Amino acid sequence: MAMAKTGTRAIGALLAAVLGASLAGCSSTGGKRAEERAAQSAGGGSGVDTPKWTVAMVTHSGAGDTFWDIVQNGAKQAARKDNIKFVYSSSNQANEQAQLVQAAIDQHVDGLVVTLAKPDAMKDVVAKAVKAGIPVITINSGSDQSKAFGAIGHIGQDEKIAGQAVGDELDKRGKKHAICVLHEQGNVGHEERCAGAKETFAGTMDNLYVDGTNMPDVQSTIQAKLQADKSIDAVVTLGAPFAATAVKAKQQASSPAEVDTFDLNAQVATALANGTIGFAVDQQPYLQGYEAVDLIWLYRYNADVLGGGKPVLTGPQILTQKDAAALAKYTERGTR
Amino acid sequence: MGRPELGSVVGAVAVFLFFSVAADSFLQWSSFGTVLYAASTIGIMAVPVALLMIGGEFDLSAGVMVTSSALVASMFSYQMTANVWAGVAVSLLVMLAIGFFNGFLLTRTKLPSFIITLGTFLMLTGLNLGFTKLISGTVSTKSIADMEGFDSARVLFASHLTIGDIDLKVTILWWAALVAVATWVLLRTRAGNWIFAVGGGADAARAVGVPVARTKIGLYMAVAFCAWISGQHLLFSFDVVQSGEGVGNEFLYIIAAVIGGCLMTGGYGSAIGSAVGAFIFGMTSKGIVYAQWNPDWFKFFLGAMLLLATLLNAWVRKRAEATA
Repeated sequence: MAMAKTGTRAIGALLAAVLGASLAGCSSTGGKRAEERAAQSAGGGSGVDTPKWTVAMVTHSGAGDTFWDIVQNGAKQAARKDNIKFVYSSSNQANEQAQLVQAAIDQHVDGLVVTLAKPDAMKDVVAKAVKAGIPVITINSGSDQSKAFGAIGHIGQDEKIAGQAVGDELDKRGKKHAICVLHEQGNVGHEERCAGAKETFAGTMDNLYVDGTNMPDVQSTIQAKLQADKSIDAVVTLGAPFAATAVKAKQQASSPAEVDTFDLNAQVATALANGTIGFAVDQQPYLQGYEAVDLIWLYRYNADVLGGGKPVLTGPQILTQKDAAALAKYTERGTR
Repeated sequence: MGRPELGSVVGAVAVFLFFSVAADSFLQWSSFGTVLYAASTIGIMAVPVALLMIGGEFDLSAGVMVTSSALVASMFSYQMTANVWAGVAVSLLVMLAIGFFNGFLLTRTKLPSFIITLGTFLMLTGLNLGFTKLISGTVSTKSIADMEGFDSARVLFASHLTIGDIDLKVTILWWAALVAVATWVLLRTRAGNWIFAVGGGADAARAVGVPVARTKIGLYMAVAFCAWISGQHLLFSFDVVQSGEGVGNEFLYIIAAVIGGCLMTGGYGSAIGSAVGAFIFGMTSKGIVYAQWNPDWFKFFLGAMLLLATLLNAWVRKRAEATA
């Protein structure tokens, strides 16, 4: 091991040298400096003089999900404008999510925003919030249960309708055989999307399950599927990060299939612009966060409700190459 | 004679024949490239994990460490607006430090590796998310594809070469090289003897003068080094890194090592075995797709195939030992 130790030391010295040399040679393209030069975002203080209300948002998101990040960005923006203190918590375990809602009730928040991805688990605790006099808005999933649970409104996308829009769009593009790539096995919303697409799509559609936490696996699985069946002419991913990977898989498998996706991010916006992705279905997560917080404010300030008890849909919005240029700078700052 | 990987080779042949019959498109060169790529991303990590298991320890932080490696390199380059090679180098230093931390804590506290690396696993999961959010403002990193040094780094970590009909990812070369080096270390060097000795019985090894602590720390640093390679592959092949990735992959590495003949109790196993294990895993997970089976049952097939391969492996080993 003595030899190994001197080896380690030599590697350390070498690395230090490499590090020093490369630090001196800064990148003249890209990076944070480029971002700062280009940076500008909608800022400003609050525009109202209502008391500082507190709004809690409790979602079913796992840690580190881009989508929920954009929802939060929307909520924060609305909170700043409405002089609201915004608190966020989440858990992908149903019982933990219910506990988090309970914690918000215990803190006597002035408004509550929840997702109903697992409605049964949330039923009692949402009823408790309503009983405590806290206005509740449901977002994202749970449009069917929202009203029955006593929420004053629902802001979100109907997954089935979004799926149907994809089926129609695929038809319009003359596709015959599509695959629907699900990155989370057992997610009800995901199944609904693919089922909706299957419903309106005139061609055949297969489901393909991939391990969403393991990008190389996502790539090689899609690649394998494309190699196995040459008749596939469309790949639909359910999340933006997987679209870019699907494009790589398609290139490696030298398949002519078109890649389309649900949701949006900076990579997808660029890919739409240069035509490597056909279309994206956006449910506008920013709007879900922004509207929910704003509606709580409207309700407390003016007893307003939106949609007359019916769900207010934020999507599906089909985005193609011609929309891409306008979207790039919004995806870059994390609001689209 | 009873080489540790013997059973797994038989298992690999069985799985190969099975899918050759079950899936039409399994037996084409392009499919072979895909299977090898899937195997290599597991295999690169299975090599040091196998060595670590031979040395009698586990590393539950190995899966998340790969993501950490990619995140550190990406965020350092981006925030400092430095040449991406600087990020790559910093990432290597950070990874080796984490490996050292695991090994040092293990040998000092004498706590089981399960606890130590579970702690590291949780801490890294939190750090990955926390730092990414703090620095980038979102849960994924910014693209560094337009920065200097990206293209040359991509050649090293994420390029692919086409030989005839077969498209080979550079990770396959990394994998082969790592297996070769690890096999040489295990069978031809003193360090290799030490690894077998500390896994077989740490106290006995210490009594005959084996530097137990240094060997174990070295093994954890080897895991960290390979996590660095895998992480750089992630970064340079996907440009943008999601901070929540990698959770659960540590088990895939351990599964590959076990299928390849490493004993869960330490002191026995081989690097080539881990490669065969990873190859079985790659064939199974992609073979199911090539066979176009109902995807609802995907995980079940995967589990059943892995179990069968391991059982076959154990059976062959027993036969081999009986006749030896």
